[in-house]
Order: sequence, then structure tokens, then C-alpha cells
Amino acid sequence: MDEAKKTTKREDPSASSGQVVCPSKQLDLARVKAQIEQTQGPEYWRSLEELAGTPEFQEMLHREFPKGASEWVDSVSRRGFLQLMGASLAMAGMTGCTKLPLEPIVPYVKQPEDVVPGRPMFYATAATLSGYASPVLVESHLGRPTKIEGNAKHPASLGGTDIFAQASILGMYDPDRSQTITHLGDVNSWSEFVKEIKGPLAVQKGLGGAGIRILTPTISSPALADQLRALLKIYPQAGWHVYEPVNRDNVLEGAKLAFGQPVETQYRLEHAEVVVSLDADFLYAGFPGNARYIRDFAQRRNPDAAMSRFYAIESTPTSTGAKADHRLPLRAWQVETFARMLMSFDPPGTSAPFLTSITPDQMKFGVAMGKDLANHRGASVVIPGDHQSPALHAFAHAMNAALGNVGRTVVYTDPVDANPVNQTESLRDLVADMRAGKVDLLVIMGGNPVYDAPADLGFGDALKSSSISLRIHHGLYQNETSEYCHWHVNEAHCLEAWSDARAYDGTVSIVQPLIAPLYAGKSAHELVSALSGISDAAGYDIVRGYCQKQHPGPDFDAFWRKSLHDGWVEGTTFVPKSVSAKNAVVPAPASAGDKTLEINFRRDPSIYDGQFANNGWLQELPKPMTKLTWDNAVLVGPMLAEREGLKTEDMVTLELGGRKITAPVWIQAGHPDDSVTVHLGYGRTRAGRAGTGAGFNVYPLRTTSALWFATGGKLTKTGETYKLASTQGYQTMDTPDGAARPLLREASLDEYRKEPKFAQEEQPPKELTLYPGYDYAKQDYAWGMAIDMNSCVGCNNCMVACQSENNVAVVGKEQVVRGRHMHWLRVDAYYQGDRDNPKAYFQPVPCMQCENAPCELVCPVGATVHSSEGLNDMVYNRCVGTRYCSNNCPYKVRRFNFLLFQDWDTPQYKMMRNPDVSVRSRGVMEKCTYCVQRINQRRIDAEREDRKINDSQHEGELQTACQQSCPAGAIIFGNINDPNSRVSKLKAQDRNYGLLADLNTRPRTTYLAEIRNPNPELETLAERS
Amino acid sequence: MQIFHRSTNTLSRASIYGAVFIIAGLGWAMMQVQRSPYVTYAGVVKPQPVPFSHQHHVTGLGIDCRYCHTSVETSSFAGIPPTQTCMTCHSQIWTNAPMLEPVRASYRTGESLQWTRVNQLPDFVYFNHSIHINKGVGCNTCHGPVDQMPLMYQYASLQMEWCLECHRAPEKNLRPRSEVFNMRYEQPTENQPVVVGGQSYTDQESLGKALVAQYKVRNVQDITSCNTCHR
Repeated sequence: MDEAKKTTKREDPSASSGQVVCPSKQLDLARVKAQIEQTQGPEYWRSLEELAGTPEFQEMLHREFPKGASEWVDSVSRRGFLQLMGASLAMAGMTGCTKLPLEPIVPYVKQPEDVVPGRPMFYATAATLSGYASPVLVESHLGRPTKIEGNAKHPASLGGTDIFAQASILGMYDPDRSQTITHLGDVNSWSEFVKEIKGPLAVQKGLGGAGIRILTPTISSPALADQLRALLKIYPQAGWHVYEPVNRDNVLEGAKLAFGQPVETQYRLEHAEVVVSLDADFLYAGFPGNARYIRDFAQRRNPDAAMSRFYAIESTPTSTGAKADHRLPLRAWQVETFARMLMSFDPPGTSAPFLTSITPDQMKFGVAMGKDLANHRGASVVIPGDHQSPALHAFAHAMNAALGNVGRTVVYTDPVDANPVNQTESLRDLVADMRAGKVDLLVIMGGNPVYDAPADLGFGDALKSSSISLRIHHGLYQNETSEYCHWHVNEAHCLEAWSDARAYDGTVSIVQPLIAPLYAGKSAHELVSALSGISDAAGYDIVRGYCQKQHPGPDFDAFWRKSLHDGWVEGTTFVPKSVSAKNAVVPAPASAGDKTLEINFRRDPSIYDGQFANNGWLQELPKPMTKLTWDNAVLVGPMLAEREGLKTEDMVTLELGGRKITAPVWIQAGHPDDSVTVHLGYGRTRAGRAGTGAGFNVYPLRTTSALWFATGGKLTKTGETYKLASTQGYQTMDTPDGAARPLLREASLDEYRKEPKFAQEEQPPKELTLYPGYDYAKQDYAWGMAIDMNSCVGCNNCMVACQSENNVAVVGKEQVVRGRHMHWLRVDAYYQGDRDNPKAYFQPVPCMQCENAPCELVCPVGATVHSSEGLNDMVYNRCVGTRYCSNNCPYKVRRFNFLLFQDWDTPQYKMMRNPDVSVRSRGVMEKCTYCVQRINQRRIDAEREDRKINDSQHEGELQTACQQSCPAGAIIFGNINDPNSRVSKLKAQDRNYGLLADLNTRPRTTYLAEIRNPNPELETLAERS
Repeated sequence: MQIFHRSTNTLSRASIYGAVFIIAGLGWAMMQVQRSPYVTYAGVVKPQPVPFSHQHHVTGLGIDCRYCHTSVETSSFAGIPPTQTCMTCHSQIWTNAPMLEPVRASYRTGESLQWTRVNQLPDFVYFNHSIHINKGVGCNTCHGPVDQMPLMYQYASLQMEWCLECHRAPEKNLRPRSEVFNMRYEQPTENQPVVVGGQSYTDQESLGKALVAQYKVRNVQDITSCNTCHR
């Protein structure tokens, strides 16, 4: 009730001026350090502010929402406000009396045979990211795709997805997508375009195509590659260049160094007992095969079976490193040095001058890890990061070979990339040709090189000023590059067009359209076809024709249908090939002891290289470690921040090789010293309503000589500050009196074996409650969820899946700052121990569906009530928005529509929404429902067949959206009244515990405590100093 | 000195007393409006592109409900027939009837007919036909004597209190599954017993209870939980 009083108090000056107090401003790092040393702070902390116990953080704890969230701070006068309130009150009773408007009902003219109105259909297809296919099933309601699900039968994912695939549905409906072909900025048509290119192409024909250049992103599509090769046969002198800002050049060069040929490296983590990551973020979207790797990795993290051990050496804190049993922060260039040390196993100080940069502690780490690896020959794996140097990749190949891992945990195959060239060099050649006036016709297919090409190439200038007489841009958006092109051809989204693509294991998926192109876009296949002279070829014929060429025969029709149905083409998975290591001439190590500032460039965890900049779901998705939304920042370690006197949100100038950018600072616990990390993809000038102007463009610092990291940077404080929107301090569950409850429970494997029930606590007796009891045991179903924190890798998939399934609104940066974001499911990150190298943990928090739900009793209108199966129902149409329920929720999982966050007008969004879930309006509380729409659908289906929903018999029959998308299988939902259900079995485990169970809320969502498997040799090494 | 006449006392008392009745009366009137066909559309014929007669097609020609409403047993939505369904017959009979021109035009041009929805629920209500059919709720229990409607109208108010009437006591309305699509089905009486599984029932209460058990209709708490219809 406190909150209700607070909302009416409007005299607070900071509130009325629109300021918001966020806990991060006055962070005293020295105090953080002191706090850790004195161990007075909480054992687990979510932010450095919490650790330091700043007054601002304390205030956050006391408040239901951050200051400013629950106040109306627009410039309406008090009198005007009261008038409005009076009028609203008078009208309030009338809102129930609306008369439904007449509604048309529009049947088919000829109904397709398989369509049953009211029941969704699922189609197998694939979403691609940098060429790699992510196999998915797309839910379609009467021809409108609404939700991406994982394809459980596909070997490359086993049902998991990644955030980019999940969010691609919003990408397709994005109203800011380019909607027409333009010529010099004016609307034009395909037929006109085809006519226009005929002349120049004819001229080129005579020259053998010497003036034609085609720039594509990474392509794995066999059909498109085949088309491009055919085109190059028509124009033998033409050039096919490939460039993506997040490319795998180093992987390619590393493979060439080790084997003399490009190969794809696949890991078999299900066989790996010791996993070593050399700066590889392999458990996060963007790493090829991440969905499968997460599944396999999680499977080996079961403390009751043979649990694997994971060492992470990393140059910037990632969610992958957070899962490590031992994590070693190193500057990026030192990782190679560290690998050299591992290779040589030189004792400290004996030889090799480069080893001087390795500290004794790091040495000890390396030695212990090396021993562990050697003890697990053939069952260990060393994974190098994509951005690390070719030499490091060569070392990793050599290590895996020396450890006997090749053929067991490491498998080599042909490359997935259809044109595996060094993309940086490829672009460099193109720019040189452009400058030399050798290019007459440039086709830029996808991508945005003006924005994201290395700064030293000056791609934009070359494009602008060059003599290229015909510049064509093909893409989903009118972007920075299309501005400099004569023609822009709007591309069909991958959910709108036929194509094919390879997954990380080489398996070809047919990409099938779920809907006719919304804006008559053309696919890459159709464009290339037009370039080769056939302007009216349909994507379907091209893709099918190519497939038929590969599988001729009378049974092709059946084969094709099966491939479409299953989501992959049988027999296309790459077979492992044996490669022989050549005597690698590894370049000399980088200079030892370079103490200058290192700048790391990384793909953004949420918007990748900038191509998802206009995707609101991804922009608002809190990044795994920082929980930042809508922005990027310069990630700085606490030591560097202390030395430079930096605070989070201070603006700094970063300088590298004479180039400068300005961006805000985020102090990130666990970041290596003398090093900063910046994420690519922000600061777009032409992205759309969500992406334009968000964050800071760091591409101007990035050059071909240092695509991923460079030393010699300079950082200077500008004296200004910038507001960052991080959700890290929000929705804290701790009690304000400082006695932090153990929300997160973890132990080492040894501790767990000694005391398996360490996580469990004495439950308050069931009768000790004023709530009326209800016997759920007599019901057929009682829904519950178990979340295995040991499996959870913090990949954020569940959050996007939930947002998509439940029509959760995007609110924008300003509203996130006020703590008004709407995510029904959040992933809390906790840190523990040393601020310079903390352990980190992830805890997904949906609604707990408490049996004794505190929210229900305080609702004056009965808008949140309990169902007989134990669900805490939220009835939107009853809600009057008192927010008492949210105030009384100890888990802070309720979300309030402070404003009209849903876009009710944009027609594209209307098509996108899940028709099975109400779209909430302003003034309504909402929260996780355990996907009750799915429960009801499955229950009705089961009842019609006169049986029970039984997930032990019908695998995956009933899954919540978060569960379905989880690549780790960490979220298990089901019937806890059935002792054989998977959820019951998990809840029966010793590790099972409820959050704040001492409150006797009897949460239905419970957690399995996290177990780490540390190396006893390293245990003493200051992990909990 | 007296400013007001004595009668003012009575008047003011009466008006204070009366105000209670006036407010209560207003409330009652609003409630009546709320429940009236003006708001609910119950019994109101809505404008349609073609004056389709269920009476003629069901009673006159004996066409089963499911001939047109194909997904009623499998989906939440019963289904509105595509133009093609109309044309299976009307390409042969009444081929020149001017009344049917919109249907032929739709078939010719490929443009859908735009009907007006007759039985309309608010968007926050999720009703499922298939489960009601499966549990023995007859078509005419909710849709009324469709077989006697020359022009289609909504039979019941479709307001929540009407839904709950049955969800709180499903035995009052259930019938054998075999009779669900029988528009002339009548509840059992002494003279007209209903036989289910060899057992003869002479009143609805005993039949309903038997069917609730046989069809495993969930208990009242279950089917009156908010999430049954709202989500």
C-alpha cells in the first residue's frame, strides 16, 4: 500500500523534472574493493552498486519501481491532472458498457485442403545468420507467420533456437523495411530495373564482365552459389567479393595455417570431459552451431552423471565465460601468448621472452589446466574464438591433435561458406578496383559496407566519388549504403522467399516462404537470375531446380516434399574429413608486455553487427552480462576505471591510430585490466524507428589491421555523462534490511556430493498460513516448472521467445530507464567474489505461480485469482491498474502498462501477434501465465482424444514458449501431479529449491541449484579472495 | 424568522430519500440496457451480403451443420464455408438467381465474401467449439433453433453470466454425443426417455449427471477458472 501513497505524492522535485534516479551514478569503486575485502556486502551481487551498498541502490530496494516509474511526469498541471482524473473516474464505470462493433468475417474462396481455421500450421524452414542456417519451425495462423520455434528433429539444433532466429519474425513485419524499388531515391519498378540494367550488362558482355563486381555477405546457400558461379561463367572477368563485418577470416586463415586448406571445425561437446575456451563465446548466438553446442554442453553438466569441467580464458566477460568452472580474464592479445605457453609447457621464467607477460597466477592456471587436458586425452576440447588470431587457431588445432581429440571431440569438414575467401582482403581488392576505376557495375547484395567496412578502406568515399556508373543495392532496408547507390532493390525476407542454406554441420535446409512478400521484394536468387538475363525466374523454380539437379530421379517429388517437411535435405550433412597438419609456420608472437590500452571490437550480443538494429525485441533485450538495452558502451574493468577515475555513464573519447569516437563507459566486473571492449552495430544513421540514433558507432575505429583488437588505444574522459538503460538494478528481490536471502544457491561438485541437499531449507509448515487451503493433489493436473541453473547459459532465448509468444510490448529506452520494461521473463545475472574476476550465474525468473500468491489477496477487483490447477491467472479485462499486486509480489515479476505500449495501429504488427493471447492495453497489469494458451490447447486436444496430457508419453506435447526455445533444455514445465513427468523428476532432485520459499508462498517454479566442478589444484587460487 | 416554508423539510427529505431510488433506478436501467439486445445483439438480424436461410438449407434440404462448418469438431473455430462450398450446389441450381450474384462474383473474381459475424465474442474471450461438441453440448443449446431461422441471428446474449450458467451446472444442458447435431433434440421426459449405453433416462438431471461422468467433464472449479476463457 505504500506505493499507492507514493504515487499521489507529486511534490518530489526530481520526479516532476523528469529525472530518474538510477543507482549507478555515484559508484565508489574503492568502496567496492573495501566491501569485498571486509566481506560485508552480499555474497552474491547483481551489480557493483549493490556490492558497494550505495544509498541509491538501497533506495532502489525500497521502491517498487525506480523513481519516476510510477509518477506521471509530463507537463500536465496539477489542476489539469485532477480534472482528467475526475472525468476518468466518472467514465470508469462506463467502460464496461461498450457495444461490440459489427465485425466482418471473411472466408476463403477456395479453402486449401490442409487449412483448419483456428489451428496453427507449422512449417520447417531456416533463418540464416552470416550464412549459417538456424533450423526452425514457423507457426502460421491462416497464412500469417507468428512465432519461430526450434526444429526438434534437426540434428544441428535439436530444438533450440537463437535470439536472432527468434526475433526474425519481428524483422519480417518491420514497418521500416524498404517497401519498394527505388531509383535515385524515387519509387520505381522491377520491370524498369530489369530494363535499365540490360544496356550496361550488354556492354559488359563484350568486355567479359571486366567491369562487374558483386559484393555479397557470407553465402552458404548451394543454390545461390551455383547461380553466382554460373553468372561468373557468363562474365568470366567479373568479380565476386564477399564481406561481412563479423567474418571468420581468422578461422579460415588459422585452418590454412594448420592444414593448408579451409576447413570447418565442429565440436562434439557431448563427449568432452574437459572443455577449454580460448576466448570463444561458443554458448551464445552468433557462434556457428551454438544451439547444438549449448545442448551438448548442458547435457555434460549434470552433477549426478560424469560432469565436465570448463575453463574459459576470455578477453571480455561473456555469458559463456560465466559458465566456466575456472575463468581467466586475459587481454585479447595475451590469449595467443597463453596458448604458446600451453603448447610449450615451459616452466616459468626459463625461456621464451614472451612469457614475461604471464603472471605467476596465470602460469599456475595454465599448468593446472594443461594437466587436466593431458589427463583427458581424446575427451577434451580446445575451442578458439572466432576473433582470435590465425596463429591461435593453428595452436588450437595442434593442441586438439596432440590431445588425440581429432575424430572424437573435434571433427573437420568442408567449409560451410560457399566461397571461403579472406573477406577483409576481398573487400580491400574491391575498394582498390573501385578507386582504380575498374568497376562499372557494382551490385551490393545485402550487407551495409558503407556503415560497417573497416574505416581505413574508406569504402563509403570510394563508392561516393568513384566512377562506377551503375551501383545497385539489394537489401531489407534503405540504409547507409543504399543512400550511395543508384538503384535500391528491396529484398524479400527469409520468411518470404525460397532459398536454401547450410547449418554449421553442412546440412542443407530448404528455406520456404511463410507468406507472399509483403512488399513484393525480390530474393537474392531472383536478383542474380535477373543479372544473368532471366528476369522473371521465380525463386521457387530456382531452388527446386537446383535441388533436382543434385537428386535427379523419378522419386524427386517425394524427396522434395520430405525435405520441405523435415526441414533439411537428407544426405547433405558433411562427412568428417581427415586433414593432415602441415608444418605450420606460425608467425612470431606479438610484442611482449604491451601495456598500452587494448581495444576489443565484438559483435553485439543483441544486435550482432548492426543488421538487427531496428529490431525492437533485440534492442530491448538486456545483454547477458551488462543488462544494457538500447545502447552500447565502452566496457571497462574496475581497476582501469579506478585508475582513470571513471564512473559508469561517464563519456570518454577512445582513440586508436588517430581515429576517435566518443561513447559512455560501463564498468564491467571481470573485464581484464588495460583493456576495453566496444560492441559493433550501434550508432546507425539510417536504420529505422528503433535503430537510428541508438548507441554509438564504433566502426570508425576499426581498421583492417585490427578487426577485433588492437593495442595502443587512448581513453580520455570528456567530463560529460550519458544515461544508459540497464535493467541490472531493477526488480531486485532482496529485502531492504540488508539481510540478503540466498536467492541463488550453488556449490562445488565436492560440496554437493558431501551434502546433496545443501540447497534445500526447512519449509514453513503448510498449515502456517492465513490463505484458504486447496487440495491440488486431487486435480488431474497441477502445473509446475523446474529451472536447472546448471544448464542455463544465459543465452536470452527464452526472453525473446516469451516476448514473441505472448505479444509482449517494446517500450523504448526512456521507459526502460524508468524501469517500465515489460519482459514477462527476465534472466538475472549474479556475481560472486572478486570484482576483477567474479564468478557469474544466471537465473531466469518467470512468474512463480505461488500456491499462496501474495498478489491475489490485495487485488480489489479479483483480477488476479487462482485456477484449480494452480495457475495464478491474470484477468486483463478485470484489471483496473491499482498495481497493488505488483507491490505485493516478492519476486517482482509483474509488469504494468504504464502507457499504451502496444502499437495498435501499425497494420504489420497486427498480423504478427499471436491470436491466442490478448493484446493488453494501457493501465493493465500483466505477467507470465505459463503460456496458458498452450496448456488449454493441448488439454482440449487431449480431452478430445479421451486421454491425459502426458509428457512422459508424448514427448514435447506441452511446452511453454521459453521451454521450447531453450537450447540447453534448462526449463522444464509440466504436470507435478504426475510423478513420472519430467518436471516431477527434476523437482524430486536434491538440488531443487524455491525462491524465497521461507515466505511460504509455495512457488510452483523452482530451481535446481548450480554446481560447479572446479579443479582441486586451482581451488586455492584466490577464487573467493 | 423562517426563511423556508415548513414544507421544504418534507421536500428535502423526500428528495434525499428519492435520490437513492433514482440512482438505484438509473443503475437498474443501465443494467437493463446492458442486457438488452441493443447491446448484446441477441435476436438481432445483422446485414449480410446474401440473405442466407439456415431454415431452408437445414430443415428444407437436410444439410448437416458440418457440411459447411467443417472444423467445428476439431478447432476452436467452427469455420465459415468458402465460396466453393456454396458453389458445389449453386453452380448447378439457381445459377441465375440475382440473390446469389455476390456468391458467383466471389467465385469468379476470387474475392472473398464479406459476411457480418453473427455470434461475436469480445477479443479477450477464447471460446473453443471442438471441446463443447466433444462434451455433448448441442449446437442449438447455444445457437438456438437455427433450423428455423430464415435469417440468421444470435440466439443467446453471449454475456459472461450466460456462459457461467452452464459452466456452473453443465449437467443441465448436456446430451448424448450422437444428438449434438440434432436440431430437434429434446431433453428427456417421462414419455420420451433418452437411452445412453443401454440405460434409459427420463429426466435431464440424471442424464446430465451420467454424461458429466461419462464424458469426463471437468469439475466446476476447473471450468469456471478464469483461464478457461481468458488468457
